[in-house]
Amino acid sequence: MEAKRLPLAPAVGGAALLLVVPFILPDWMKFIVTLAMAKFVAVLAVALFLRANLVTFGHAMFYAVGAYAVGFSVKWFRIDDMVVLLLLGALLGAGAAALIGLVMARYREVFFAMLNLAFSMMLYGVLLKLYWLTGGTDGLGVGRPTFLGYAPPREYLRDFLYYTTLGVAGIVIYVVHRFLASPLGFYLRALADNEIRIEYSGESVRRVLYVTYIVAGALGAVAGVLTAFTVGHIVPEYSFWIQSGDFVFVALLGGYGSVVGPLIGSIAFEFIRTYASKYFPNEWQMTLGIIMLAIILFRPGGLWAIYEALAARVGRRPSEGRRA
Amino acid sequence: MRQLTTIAMDGTVFAAILFLISVGLTLVFGVLRILNVAHGGLYAFGAFTATTLAMRLLDLGANPYFTYLMLLVAPVIVGVIAGPLIERVFLQRVYGRAEAIQLLLTFSIFLILDDLIKLIWGTKPLFVSAPYTLLGEFSLSGIRYSWYQVVLIAVAILFGGALVWAVRGTRIGKIAVSVINDREISQAIGINVNRVYMGSFTLGAFCAALGGALIAPTIAVAPGFAVDATVLAFAVIAIGGMGNLEGAALGALIVGLLRAMAVHLFPEADLVVIYLAMIVVLVIRPQGLFGQVELRRI
Repeated sequence: MEAKRLPLAPAVGGAALLLVVPFILPDWMKFIVTLAMAKFVAVLAVALFLRANLVTFGHAMFYAVGAYAVGFSVKWFRIDDMVVLLLLGALLGAGAAALIGLVMARYREVFFAMLNLAFSMMLYGVLLKLYWLTGGTDGLGVGRPTFLGYAPPREYLRDFLYYTTLGVAGIVIYVVHRFLASPLGFYLRALADNEIRIEYSGESVRRVLYVTYIVAGALGAVAGVLTAFTVGHIVPEYSFWIQSGDFVFVALLGGYGSVVGPLIGSIAFEFIRTYASKYFPNEWQMTLGIIMLAIILFRPGGLWAIYEALAARVGRRPSEGRRA
Repeated sequence: MRQLTTIAMDGTVFAAILFLISVGLTLVFGVLRILNVAHGGLYAFGAFTATTLAMRLLDLGANPYFTYLMLLVAPVIVGVIAGPLIERVFLQRVYGRAEAIQLLLTFSIFLILDDLIKLIWGTKPLFVSAPYTLLGEFSLSGIRYSWYQVVLIAVAILFGGALVWAVRGTRIGKIAVSVINDREISQAIGINVNRVYMGSFTLGAFCAALGGALIAPTIAVAPGFAVDATVLAFAVIAIGGMGNLEGAALGALIVGLLRAMAVHLFPEADLVVIYLAMIVVLVIRPQGLFGQVELRRI
């Protein structure tokens, strides 16, 4: 199998575009793009599972682990440094995943999907009911973060958050790209085709899934930390099934076959949601459902596949002309 | 003692409804090998349709006893319309495709159904209590219960029995079992597999809607209770063993009683207890209590 290169031209163009966004977009759009990039990190984790033909309806639990790690640190220990909390969140997410993964690495198919759902809804129930600890439905405020001890003035906070999130997203793209290019990453893809042959070749399927689960848990928690600071407020809904469903939807929308697809999907999703909740708030889920149906039935590769098909058509024409 | 009776009674009633929903889910999974996430949506549709029909009927000044008829008519309507529609138009296209795709397809149908309910019936809770109050009450160790609750339990037992007989004792049931065991061989010996798929899915949809219709008189029907139904029904069949009818009955009883116990003894933990039970069972016996170990395919 040939390892896919990151397509250079669009990647550089996209990165350049994202770098200048804060200068050209109004504040509210900056906020949306920040949020989209933060959630993208969790979507990437869900996309990892989808590659192995595994769906999780509960990945939001790690998202909540990250967010509440921020909430509790700010509330009890007065730690509000972005970098420290990103590391702490990733560690807690990986730790939680290492525990739950012991169970989860044994399951596939619907059991994997629904057990994840069960764990995340248990966390949701706990966050909801322990109101003296978590504030219940009111949630927790997290205040303004510092960046390695530096507290940016209020008017630049949005930009700091934006670039931090962009930086983290960039690092995560690189890490996941490397992970997928590693032997383990290839085994992960093979998991969708044939488990037994993986074991014939001397690798333990359970180990592949376990390591992936830990990586995915850390990514989910990092997304939670970023979102918590971007929004400034955390509620038990971070762990709710709708949030998990959104992650799966975005992965499908962007196309889980690539690392960049989920990013495009994530940004598209946040904008669709902003407009949808304004113009037809009651049909929001239905809109999602219909788009998802259309993708599954007609364009399983998502937005990224549509882009690739277009790029191929544009790129092919001149070369064919030359040959003729 | 008094609390014990309450828990037993509440738990059994809840188990009866849960059984009706889960038996549909387990049936669909058994035949189609697809977990229908939209099952909870069909359950909610049953509840709303039954409530509306019953309310219309009472508005027209009909004899309130006719509302019972509506509780049975509504699930038939939902099953006959939604069943073939969902199976033929959508599910049929993903047979044989990746498990993840099948799950996501039913998930998107679930999302659509959930909003469709809000579009059709609005977000205000609906309430029709005639079937519940008409039968009167009786008291058991000092606490009053409605006879309707006893009827629910009876219906669940009868329905379950009928289903087991239909699968084991009739020609159609045996055909279904053969499709469950081997789709290709069944096709080769002349069974119309597509019809079995459509029939099973329709019956499954009917079961979900029946559960919804029967519980409707005891609660205020409001949007948003579809998810719980899907998750609980999954917990039930996961505990009992996926695709197993007796397993659904035992699972429903376990989940129903646990839920009632949690509601009365530690109300903070009502949902947590059920998820915990499901996790414990799956960790100890991944195939469920009645399930068979599946061989891995090469």
